[in-house]
Amino acid sequence: MKDFVSLINAIEITNKTTAKIEALIAYFDTASDKDKLWCIAIFTGKRPPRPVKSSWMKHWCAALVELPEWLFLECYSTVGDLGETLVLLLPEPTHQIDLSLSDWMTAIIDLKSKTEAEKKAFVMHAWSGLQLQERLIFNKLIGGSFRIGVSKKTLVNALAKRSGIDANQLMHSIIGHWDVHALTFEALLEGQHINYDNSKPYPFCLAYALEKPLLELGAPDAWQVEYKWDGIRGQIVKRHGEIYIWSRGEELVTQQFPELVKALTDFKDDFVIDGEILALKNNSVLLFNDLQKRLNRKHVSKQLLEAVPVGFYAYDILEYNAQDLRTMALEKRRGYLETLFASSTLSECLKIPPVLRFKTWEALHSIRDGARRLNAEGLMLKQKESSYHVGRKKGDWWKWKIAPLTIDAVMIYAQKGSGRRSSKYTDYTFAVKKDDGLVIIAKAYSGLTDKEISEVSKFVTKNAIEKFGPVRTVKPELVFEIAFEGIALSKRHKSGVALRFPRIKRWRRDKTVEDIDTIATVKRLIKAY
Amino acid sequence: MEFIRFTKKGIYCIPGKFYLDPWQPVDYAIISHGHADHARWGMKHYLCHDHSKPILQHRIGATIAVESMGYNVSKTVQGVKVSFHPAGHVIGAAQIRLEYKGRIVVFTGDYKTTPDGLNIPYEPVKCHTFITESTFGLPIYKWLPEATLQKHLHDWIATNQAQQKTSVFLGYSLGKAQRIMKLLEGVDAIYTHTAIHALNTIMAQAGVPLPETTLLSPDFDKKAVAGKLVILPPGLLGSKLLKRIPNAATALCSGWMQIRGNRRWKGVDAGFAVSDHADWNGLLTAVKASEAEKVYVTHGSQATFSKYLNGIGIPAAEVVTSYGDAALDGTPLTTDTV
Ligand SMILES: [Zn+2]
Ligand SMILES: [Zn+2]
Repeated sequence: MKDFVSLINAIEITNKTTAKIEALIAYFDTASDKDKLWCIAIFTGKRPPRPVKSSWMKHWCAALVELPEWLFLECYSTVGDLGETLVLLLPEPTHQIDLSLSDWMTAIIDLKSKTEAEKKAFVMHAWSGLQLQERLIFNKLIGGSFRIGVSKKTLVNALAKRSGIDANQLMHSIIGHWDVHALTFEALLEGQHINYDNSKPYPFCLAYALEKPLLELGAPDAWQVEYKWDGIRGQIVKRHGEIYIWSRGEELVTQQFPELVKALTDFKDDFVIDGEILALKNNSVLLFNDLQKRLNRKHVSKQLLEAVPVGFYAYDILEYNAQDLRTMALEKRRGYLETLFASSTLSECLKIPPVLRFKTWEALHSIRDGARRLNAEGLMLKQKESSYHVGRKKGDWWKWKIAPLTIDAVMIYAQKGSGRRSSKYTDYTFAVKKDDGLVIIAKAYSGLTDKEISEVSKFVTKNAIEKFGPVRTVKPELVFEIAFEGIALSKRHKSGVALRFPRIKRWRRDKTVEDIDTIATVKRLIKAY
Repeated sequence: MEFIRFTKKGIYCIPGKFYLDPWQPVDYAIISHGHADHARWGMKHYLCHDHSKPILQHRIGATIAVESMGYNVSKTVQGVKVSFHPAGHVIGAAQIRLEYKGRIVVFTGDYKTTPDGLNIPYEPVKCHTFITESTFGLPIYKWLPEATLQKHLHDWIATNQAQQKTSVFLGYSLGKAQRIMKLLEGVDAIYTHTAIHALNTIMAQAGVPLPETTLLSPDFDKKAVAGKLVILPPGLLGSKLLKRIPNAATALCSGWMQIRGNRRWKGVDAGFAVSDHADWNGLLTAVKASEAEKVYVTHGSQATFSKYLNGIGIPAAEVVTSYGDAALDGTPLTTDTV
């Protein structure tokens, strides 16, 4: 398992996606077939059910090292991870067990039918026979979660780079149904267990932020204007009775939205449509915060389905009954889209959002200002003549966001509040990326709910790295969307920009520090604003 | 009857009328060591170990009134016998022993129980009342043996050099930097930042033998430094200076690096748990060796550690101080840099 341990170490130590991809490729170059399959299975959440309860592991360890339960829990709350707490507390190993990743996985699967005493003996033997790093991986494999800083997309990109196979096809392959014991690594990559032709998405057509006066766009009636909805951009692929939902992050998210899949089965035709996945209730769009509760879940409970129903606003149609429509003018594609949606008895969750009517550019300003009331982010302006481009092309599609401006930044310092909230960390300092490091961009102290503040405070306590008086330096991990009223260049600030009235718009649990804005993108807002 | 009292200015010796490591201005301060959270500005009179004296003068001011003495010698202040004993923490760090009418109090300041080949090793001191730090007062903190730690550092350097990388270690300039120098001694040329170099010079003048190093001048020769070893204060992470170092691999050296999540902090390439403080076992050993009838626990995991001591039959209480708060062992970062 040493090679797998090195892989995890290499992945964990870096924030750079390229370095993670390199480490993955190096692993795939040398690992055995079965190990490779297990590695992919583990990174995509396809793990055997845990044979040992984590409470047992706690007890076994606490008894072994003769620590009172409360002290064990104190350690756990400092480390924040059970597997790692065990590693740090357990005594030095007394022997060395050398087994491959797949050997360990087989042993762990076999454990399921064993008695509790046999399970304990197995775990104790493993603990005393593994080095610290291996022990950590073992604890992760046998119990709890395996959250390592590799997204499915990074994994897929590594596999694509090494094999030359299309990344979207690989995404479909690894997410699809497969069993480590039933196929080879090559077969998995080639997608012998799937039919990629049925799921293949198109690259998304993207818009630029509007950077010139509306008047320069020419005649208003040459433009199709819609609200810019604030959800997850998605592509629905329906071919030969199979349904696939791709997110813009090029992940297959079909299973996360069962109500969409159900609604889509009502259609007779095949198609590929582009649109927005949104939390939709009683015909109105909920906040992105609500949608977040639905994301990245393996199983969606009935209560959650009822509390946060998800819908899809269709913007565009790219393929209709096997015909690629992308070079067709938007206006014509819109016609196809409307016909498609008219021909079916639609469930409430599938909709074509309206095209906005306006006579003069002047009038569009007040329409945009009203977007916020609908939980929209602003407007989309699309040239009626435009085809569906691959990626971004300047001039055809513009996004025109409403003020306030927002950026995604990571929390790096936290400070306790005063008065009612004096026991909680309420004042935060945020940073954006600059070169390989971070630079402070704003301080803000409002905008979170009490519950969120409690959660953030817990994080700060656990992850404080340094103290300077009342200020705690924390691990840059929590990402927030920061809204502000204005932005200007500033010599007084290290970042070179000053934000006016920054506040926390929302906690972006779906984002990692890799996703935050760079100082360059922030500066670009000055022009846009 | 205790002859010390915990006040809002610091630990006060009632008959001696002096304070130990006070955090507010007082007339007479006895200082355990030169870190900024223990040796503060504004005291009318300072008493510290001989090796701490030039450090205090360097950090607080050349004109301060400071008196010093060596380890294991004593001085009587208002009838209280005061002596310093090696704390093994950083150069000049002392446990402060007070004796009055047959009662003995020991204040550890910060300490490390295992020898590091650089500082005079920690010496246990018997007392009635033991006031101990608890920076790493949880059983998850177990430091590696010095030789193993050294091997980890050397292996990391070897990996870097195989990839034509320059190994950059980040550690506080007083104590940690010299510790790293000692661990790296003989591997390759060591370059140190100006702040570290200044302290090295002071220590060398005080007669402390240090490994040979070169000053990393602001306009350093990139070619000469490439592939070598560099030591910088942690505040320089993300700095222009660090960016100029060719092909740098960075490693943060701190006890906090024991926890995996902390190692990813600020995107350093590695983290090594190199600490100047006692680990869990070190704290326990020191408490037991003191044979004290009462233990007071200051900065760190004071609540946890005192609860544990009470649980194993050693009467203990936590004490609120301002140590460990102003900065982590010294150099504060400015709040505008990351
Ligand atoms: Zn201290
Ligand atoms: Zn110290």
